[in-house]
Amino acid sequence: MAVPTETDGAVEAPVTRPIIQFERVCKAFGKTQVLRELDFDVSAGEKVAIIGPSGSGKTTILRILMTLEQPNSGTVEVDGELLWHERRRGQLVAAGEKHLHRMRGKIGMVFQQFNLFPHMRVLRNTTEAAIRVLGLPKEEAESRARELLGMVGLTGKLDAYPSQLSGGQQQRVAIARALALNPKVMLFDEVTSALDPELVGEVLEVLQHLTKTTDMTMLFVTHEMRFARESSDRVVMFDQGRIVESGPPDKIFTSPESPRTQAFLRAVLQR
Amino acid sequence: MQGVLGQALNSLLQGAAVTLEVTVLAGALALGVAIAAGLCRLSRSLLVRGCAALYVEVLRGTSALVVMFWMYFALPFLGVQLTALQAGVLALGLSYGAYGAEVVRGAIRHVPKSQWEGAVALNMKPAQRMLRVIMPQAVIAMLPPMGNLLVDLLKATSLVSLITLSDLTFHGRLLQNSIGRPTEVFLAVLATYFVMSYTLTIGVRRLEARFSRGMDIGRRAAVRVTVT
Amino acid sequence: MTWDSNFALEILPQILQALALTILITFLGTAIAMLLGLLLAILRRSRRRLVSLPAHALVEFVRDTPLLVQLYFLYFVILPDLRLSFSALVTGIIGIGINYSAYTAEVYRAGIEGVPRGQWEAARALNFSPGRVWTSVVLPQAIPKVIPALGNYLIAMFKDTPILASIGVVEMLQRAELIGSETFRYLEPMTLVGGLFLLLSYPSSRLLARLEARFGRAY
Repeated sequence: MAVPTETDGAVEAPVTRPIIQFERVCKAFGKTQVLRELDFDVSAGEKVAIIGPSGSGKTTILRILMTLEQPNSGTVEVDGELLWHERRRGQLVAAGEKHLHRMRGKIGMVFQQFNLFPHMRVLRNTTEAAIRVLGLPKEEAESRARELLGMVGLTGKLDAYPSQLSGGQQQRVAIARALALNPKVMLFDEVTSALDPELVGEVLEVLQHLTKTTDMTMLFVTHEMRFARESSDRVVMFDQGRIVESGPPDKIFTSPESPRTQAFLRAVLQR
Repeated sequence: MQGVLGQALNSLLQGAAVTLEVTVLAGALALGVAIAAGLCRLSRSLLVRGCAALYVEVLRGTSALVVMFWMYFALPFLGVQLTALQAGVLALGLSYGAYGAEVVRGAIRHVPKSQWEGAVALNMKPAQRMLRVIMPQAVIAMLPPMGNLLVDLLKATSLVSLITLSDLTFHGRLLQNSIGRPTEVFLAVLATYFVMSYTLTIGVRRLEARFSRGMDIGRRAAVRVTVT
Repeated sequence: MTWDSNFALEILPQILQALALTILITFLGTAIAMLLGLLLAILRRSRRRLVSLPAHALVEFVRDTPLLVQLYFLYFVILPDLRLSFSALVTGIIGIGINYSAYTAEVYRAGIEGVPRGQWEAARALNFSPGRVWTSVVLPQAIPKVIPALGNYLIAMFKDTPILASIGVVEMLQRAELIGSETFRYLEPMTLVGGLFLLLSYPSSRLLARLEARFGRAY
């Protein structure tokens, strides 16, 4: 919805609404305040890497977007609509399951612990949601699944059970499974943190391929700094529930402004 | 009306007293048998182990009711005449003792081997080992399942009404036949059992808490037994 | 020994017939317990108090009162109040089914709680409807793990069937009692019945224990 406006003779650049917009979001778990009045925007098609120390609230941002956690206050907008609230007769009320279900269709997530369904083979893991949730006919779901599984390099493993796969392979299936639902926004929550070091590369390869070939909006919570630097459009440094610094990867990694960012990067990049 | 209500309550209370009496007697018997049989199952002698195993499997393979009927109706033919109370207590005690034996056995086996070895290293004699080191630890693991068995035993005492022992259930039936009003009568009976069971459950939980104070022994379910 | 083998053989057919009825009761009662128990387990997890509290209450009540009295209550109070006149057999099957469902509900609960939280989250992230989360993801993982425990309850129910005699169902033990009261010989019928219970339940228990050891994790 780009609308050029004329002011004082100059033409303003078209203003596109961000596809994700957090406004003054607060979230606490028990007595621990995890997000403090967070304001956070992501533009459509942007690839954002979120870095920062553990417990800083990075994962919570993703979980709120995926409707796995409910914010205590503030609003979250996705694709122009409120996520956790609905408008009923002009009033803002907490969103009901139907609304959440509709909104959830725009978002996909890949978890640190893969969470593949152990009682289903790889192919079925990838088609189940497409069939049950999108209502696709079996053949269509399967052909799409084969395509995606081929893209992540697992064509030969369609009949295997998750327990027969390595961690890296399982995570790649998880990626294919989430993509099968055609989300507008993809969330990746430390997806390589639970993997043995030699398996991390194969997953990062897939992620990098995705950043280069799709115009999905992608959010990565990650500790993989090189990946963040090479594959993202913007890096956001997060600490104690707030955004400390945000900018293009080159800037953040070479000349970060905030001392917190500097300290964090020093500690992390030392390895 | 007052007279009838009073009489009814009186009748139920009498029944409840018998129920408790049977529970206590059978419970004591069951506990004794459980410890004895449980320990025998762990004996080094094959004969002792075998006999205990035989007893446990036979009693677990048949229900308390069958054993009770057999003792009350069939035993006389072998020369032993038991009263209803004796047959009831014996049958329930032996049946639940068998389940209890498995709990005891499981709990003792669950005590870590290092405890046995420590006791041997301290030159304790076998009896001392068992009494001072192993049993105290086993007892804590035993309490939850034993507690469950006790509540099950309480409920099972209702079966003695079928061999004409005048417990709570028996009195309930008597009342049903004499004053009608099955709804009130049976609700009262059910409520009384409920209160007794619940009190027992809470009592056991308190006992558990008191025993495991200071000790960090997790709730290892020694044996999940199924009885009604 | 006052054991009369000829008499024992004579009455065996009757007792075996009664055994057939006992087995029927066991299977039908177990079917009810399995289904109702699952329903109760799911209802107890509901966040809506109106749904979870009655389920909780029913389970607690059934677990803390004797089956015998529950049968009397069902037969003499509830069914007449509902203007239903089921036979003693049907009533007994329903009664024992409901009683055992309170215990199977606990078994199912343990199984459901054993499914890792990540599975629920992944299903929700994939936008499965709540019903689908149960049928496609959670139950297929919860139920296989608890089958041995459920099997134990089947065997336990088999041994409890004589309680149905109290409302007039002529199952095995009752048949033995009737034979005894007619012929004044109790030893043979009672012993045969005890033996048959043992004969059927002991091997079943061993088999179940084997299955439990072997089952482990299918995946």
